[in-house]
Amino acid sequence: MKHLISVLVENKFGTLNRVAAMFSARGFNLESISIGETEDPEISRMTIVTRGEDRIISQVLKQLNRLVDTIKVTDLTHQPHVERELLLLSLKLNKSTQHEIFELANVFKGKVVDIKQKSITIEFVGSPDKINTAIDLFRPFGIRELARSGAVAIHRGEN
Amino acid sequence: MHNNGEKLIGSEIFFECLRRENVEYIFGYPGGALLKVYETLHDVEDIEHILVRHEQGATHMAEGYARATGRPGVVLVTSGPGATNTVTGITNAYMDSTPLVVFTGQVPSTLIGNDAFQEADIVGITRPITKHNFLVKDVKELASTIRKAFYLATNGRPGPVLVDMPKDVLNADCIFEWPESVDIRGFKPTIKCHANQVQKAAKMIAKARRPLLYVGGGVITAEASEELRKLAIDQQIPVTMTLQGLGAFPGDHPLSMGMLGMHGTYWANQAVSNCDLLIAVGARFDDRVTGKVDTFATQAYKIHNDIDPTNVDKNIKVDLPVVGDSKDFLASLIEAMPKAKEDRGAWLSEIEAWRKQCPLDYTVEPDSLKTEFVIDEVSKQTRGHAVVVTDVGQHQMWTSQYYKFTEPRSIITSGGLGTMGFGLPSAIGAAFGVTDRPVVLFTGDGGLMMNIQELVTAVFNKLPVKIFLINNSYLGMVRQWQELFHQEKYSFTDLASSNPDFVKVAEAFGCKAMSASNPESARNAISEALAYNDGPVLVDFRVIRKDMVFPMVPAGGSISDMLLARLNPKTMV
Ligand SMILES: Cc1ncc(C[n+]2csc(CCOP(=O)(O)OP(=O)(O)O)c2C)c(N)n1
Repeated sequence: MKHLISVLVENKFGTLNRVAAMFSARGFNLESISIGETEDPEISRMTIVTRGEDRIISQVLKQLNRLVDTIKVTDLTHQPHVERELLLLSLKLNKSTQHEIFELANVFKGKVVDIKQKSITIEFVGSPDKINTAIDLFRPFGIRELARSGAVAIHRGEN
Repeated sequence: MHNNGEKLIGSEIFFECLRRENVEYIFGYPGGALLKVYETLHDVEDIEHILVRHEQGATHMAEGYARATGRPGVVLVTSGPGATNTVTGITNAYMDSTPLVVFTGQVPSTLIGNDAFQEADIVGITRPITKHNFLVKDVKELASTIRKAFYLATNGRPGPVLVDMPKDVLNADCIFEWPESVDIRGFKPTIKCHANQVQKAAKMIAKARRPLLYVGGGVITAEASEELRKLAIDQQIPVTMTLQGLGAFPGDHPLSMGMLGMHGTYWANQAVSNCDLLIAVGARFDDRVTGKVDTFATQAYKIHNDIDPTNVDKNIKVDLPVVGDSKDFLASLIEAMPKAKEDRGAWLSEIEAWRKQCPLDYTVEPDSLKTEFVIDEVSKQTRGHAVVVTDVGQHQMWTSQYYKFTEPRSIITSGGLGTMGFGLPSAIGAAFGVTDRPVVLFTGDGGLMMNIQELVTAVFNKLPVKIFLINNSYLGMVRQWQELFHQEKYSFTDLASSNPDFVKVAEAFGCKAMSASNPESARNAISEALAYNDGPVLVDFRVIRKDMVFPMVPAGGSISDMLLARLNPKTMV
């Protein structure tokens, strides 16, 4: 099953590489990985999406923990969390599709970030599911280019 | 000696740090990126630099030294090809959890990434084969990085750490400051075992009727042999050891069952298959040990103690994991054991019956020589007291079977990676570290050729290493598999027509050498070699060519199904 893992790491060069290399060396599945600085500039947060049986995931967590640059590993999958992904979608544009594209973009709370005579680029933010649905629905209009960020996730706050 | 607060250049800081880490020996080879370091070394008197003849040799020597002494081995090599030549040794140390600190010279920072002359991204190359590695970008970080490197190499599960030092960093100066303590946020190994888990383990052991200790190199690293011996003897639990664990429990004790797994003893493997409790300590359920995993110790409740949590539940599902240092585990277990003892007589006599059913033995003929005889004879003449180093192949497995290891830190062998060429250099490294016990190397004619250049290092340093060459003029272990499983197609394993005269080769290197081809001459050569202490000595044992190591579990088979002998390959028990 799919797992969403959040990892705090030292903000050093080579850390991303070390994590990615660990996944490939041990044959673990790596669906997406995203990384950025946290409130503490010495620490970065990585969000990793992976798949596997429980036994594999438990090895993934242990192996992540074992890396010297790793400060904390949390499997968010079964904890209350917020998960988001960014999608930039560039579509072909013409008079006949224009209206429909705008309408659909609205439904998905997309934001037009670039528009030219023959193309339009829309930004979407949402759960990976929502992003997948958006891509499916827009596909018939002709996708020129597509970029997605991979998931970022964080614990939900407490009351 | 330099003091904190002194202004020093990088290469001076380098040696000052090693001094503070109590380094005795550096195994190294110079080059352009290290010119400044070697310039400084010229005037360093309290640390001995050993000039090797190949950087792979340097890493294996450092491994041999580390494993014989329990202290980290130190390697110093230049950038590019010097650095890449260490890769096999580093991988070997990683697989066998050996503490190593490898220093590599690097091209000047300004040239990194330019495909400069003798540049290699050694930090990138060694990322998956080191416990951790560093590129020092600023001379101000040099001392703290070296401190961290030694700390990481030796704490928790030991392993190799690499420090890459650009040429300009070694030339730049800064105020030297030695960090007294180390704090690495992401590295906090669990040493102390969880008390509840230990209590549970003690209860399981008290109740078990057919318990078995399965012990690995972790017990030796943790210096826990005393505790192991006490627990086993108090509780009457038989002990089987992995290749790396040999010597953790005395091989001549009635409770010792020798090695288990692919070339383990028949009785150890039967005991594993029939025990009701398997207590794994500092061992990792390697596939050479378990054979087919779903048939491994199926009747047993499994307790697993290891300092590295990633070893737990990796290959085999365990019932009771206990993460922590093996010495702490065994000591707390002894404390936690209830006074009442289970009678284990029936279990021990069952094991005794398996031992009688298929003992380890061999025949002696007056006109031909068997490897088993040579190893047995060396075992007897050294009274199990030598530091025994092996290369990889048949002779390695026979060593595990016929040498009676009586103490920890007695076997130095490449277990995890199975590196031919490991033997000679690691024996040399061991001989630097250990002077009160004989250092004996069993090597093959294939393996010896892979790092034979290090004979120079042994001769020049007058190291009394006993090089016992088990010469069958075959890549014996591969030949064995070809015979058993590949229709006797002896493809590229017969070395008879291409091997050199090893006695002459050794003599050309300045090494004393002799040969033996029957039991009588072998016995004499062994005692002569053991008595000779004026440098290395090589004995070329011309053993019978087509001998095979038995018993054996075919790859992927169940360890309860051992192949017992060649004549009857169908004899599966
Ligand atoms: C570097 C390396 N290359 C290849 C192998 C594969 N291999 C394993 S055992 C063996 C034969 C070893 O022959 P020898 O050194 O003569 O020892 P013997 O088995 O005859 O005792 C080979 C080629 C290896 N383990 N290491």
